[in-house]
Amino acid sequence: MTGMDVLVAILKIALMVGFLFNVGGLLTWVDRRQSAMIQDRIGPNRAVIKIGNFELRIAGLLHTAADGVKFFFKEDFMPPNADKLLFSMAPILAMMPVLALVAVIPMGDTICPDFLRMTGEHGNVFYPAVQRFGVCPMMEIPVVDPVTHLRSVRIVHPISLAVAPLNVGVLYVFALAGQGIVGAAIAGWSSDNKFSLMGALRAASQMVSYEVAMGLSLIGAMMIYGTVRLDDMVRWQGDNAWGIFVQPLAFFLFFTAAVAESKRIPFDLPEAESELVSGYFTEYSGMKFGMFYFAEYMEIVTSSMLLVTIFLGGWQLPFFHRDGITIAFGDALVFHSALPHIWMTILGVLVFFGKTLVVCSFQAFVRWSLPRFRYDQLMKLGWRVLLPASLANLFATGVIYLAIDNAGPEFTSALHVAADVSQAVVALAITFLVIRGFVAFFAPRSKRRWVVGSAARFAEARGGTETGPMQA
Amino acid sequence: MATTFPKKPASPTNAKVVAHVEPTPLTQAYLPEIFKGLGVSMRHFFYNTRDMLRGTRPDPVTERTDDGITTISYPEQKRPYPERFRGVHRLTTRDDGSPRCVACLCCSTACPAQCIFIEPGEYPEGDPRRGYERYPVKFVIDELRCIFCGYCVEACPCDAIRMDTGLHAVPYDSREQFIYDKDLLLAFASRTGTHENENPRHEPGEPGHPGISRLSH
Repeated sequence: MTGMDVLVAILKIALMVGFLFNVGGLLTWVDRRQSAMIQDRIGPNRAVIKIGNFELRIAGLLHTAADGVKFFFKEDFMPPNADKLLFSMAPILAMMPVLALVAVIPMGDTICPDFLRMTGEHGNVFYPAVQRFGVCPMMEIPVVDPVTHLRSVRIVHPISLAVAPLNVGVLYVFALAGQGIVGAAIAGWSSDNKFSLMGALRAASQMVSYEVAMGLSLIGAMMIYGTVRLDDMVRWQGDNAWGIFVQPLAFFLFFTAAVAESKRIPFDLPEAESELVSGYFTEYSGMKFGMFYFAEYMEIVTSSMLLVTIFLGGWQLPFFHRDGITIAFGDALVFHSALPHIWMTILGVLVFFGKTLVVCSFQAFVRWSLPRFRYDQLMKLGWRVLLPASLANLFATGVIYLAIDNAGPEFTSALHVAADVSQAVVALAITFLVIRGFVAFFAPRSKRRWVVGSAARFAEARGGTETGPMQA
Repeated sequence: MATTFPKKPASPTNAKVVAHVEPTPLTQAYLPEIFKGLGVSMRHFFYNTRDMLRGTRPDPVTERTDDGITTISYPEQKRPYPERFRGVHRLTTRDDGSPRCVACLCCSTACPAQCIFIEPGEYPEGDPRRGYERYPVKFVIDELRCIFCGYCVEACPCDAIRMDTGLHAVPYDSREQFIYDKDLLLAFASRTGTHENENPRHEPGEPGHPGISRLSH
């Protein structure tokens, strides 16, 4: 462990946790503003910083900051008969697993530091081109000192872009995702409040139920990828097809279970406002409540990161590999262009975070579209639908995996072509969506006018209703 | 026999009538309906976001039946009040700027909330108006008691009190500020900006004044 390694580790932690905190805070705003757009409202836009005549609003983003300030200055109330230690510990227990969970999630491909510079002969050092497959091993590069002509060896350490590239990967994720129950259960138990206790019971039973489906849905993916390391999973997806194509049912099951794990609508039974005030954190106020609230939003980010990593290709874009762009179907090469390693690394990190944001936004869509389940429906869905479905998925995956294994080389190469076609489908879909978005953005809009009554006539005479500064 | 009045045509609305759906296996499966619902959410989200970004939101008053965000951001944006909106009272004036009010107490008598207080005064000896009319020494309206029924306007024989300022009752800090006196009521203008009104008035001594015509007989 050299000083450089420590620095790199701190940088990775800062990037990952910084992203988690910022996007967690941002999601509170996204939730409000996106729901407003979905429901034809304007949404919160009143928080303002006034500097002279200049008003800073940033489309309502300051509400998030105002919330944070408010949390710190509110009274930190504790019920008289509450268990003081557990009551104070619960928010920490709710938040810690979420923070710890991102440690294993790779945000980009492994960096081979010496390939960051140009490839080929450069000075007296020969830098081989970065290879497309696998990870760059710890390499020894022969170096000739230009002055003394002494031969020496440079050792290259690959830098993994996960904070802790654990070999147990997904198992660590399961272990920490299960810890989310503890915070909720302790919060409800220590609050000395019947509503809180009910909420905690619901949270515990719900999360235990969905934990099972969540774990089993991933086993199929693990079998196909042949690893539990998250970065190897992403590499498999880049070389073959994205997980959503090889395990579509598992993707859906995992998504459902992940939404249930983060206790959001339609699975927000533990904090159902209409039934339990606000469930297990009824008695919490101030920043303790803020930590529960924030942990919930960060759980969305982590579950989105997991979905992206396991099913949506992680840092991969179709046809973009570590060594550049290669469009090939099976063995038929269509296009190849080498790109510097550093560009591909930066692109990979951006792609990973971008995909995470898209999935977070999609989770907000789910949250604002679906009604809450009844509790028996929730349990039925968990035990009678998701669990059998994930078991069936596991069985089918096993059978198909064996069949493919015994099918022979022709079938395998055909599968490779199919995998490349799926990459092409993804590329075309992304391109189509981007173009569609641009076209729709600049499309003209026809408006229905309805000028009846004196109020509308007055507004018409004035050339439309007067506009204020708060349109953002 | 009850009189039937012609019905006002229904105003159009962008509300959609959703037909009741009989449960079929397809709807009971829940999944297709989920995706339909997500589709609706996304359509609203993307169109509204686009309108917000390009500033092509429908006008909240004249295009209120259009799809999209038709919220009025109240303090900055206001829906114009309709023509016959009963706003805060004003006292109309004569050509010389004095109030048209003749202190007949019709309005304070008609007022169901008893919010108008008038102290009538006699014109001094030698004034051409003396003997024909009085004038309000004090004219006070308690806007907190006022129920904005408009009976005072109906009752006034001189068209001296009107509710055509287009102003709604303004919030204040203390009760005293809601007691509007004569000077304040005279200071309000109508929506067109005038302190007078359109109806003719004949001063005592002018031709056309009923007192004059009676004198000539």
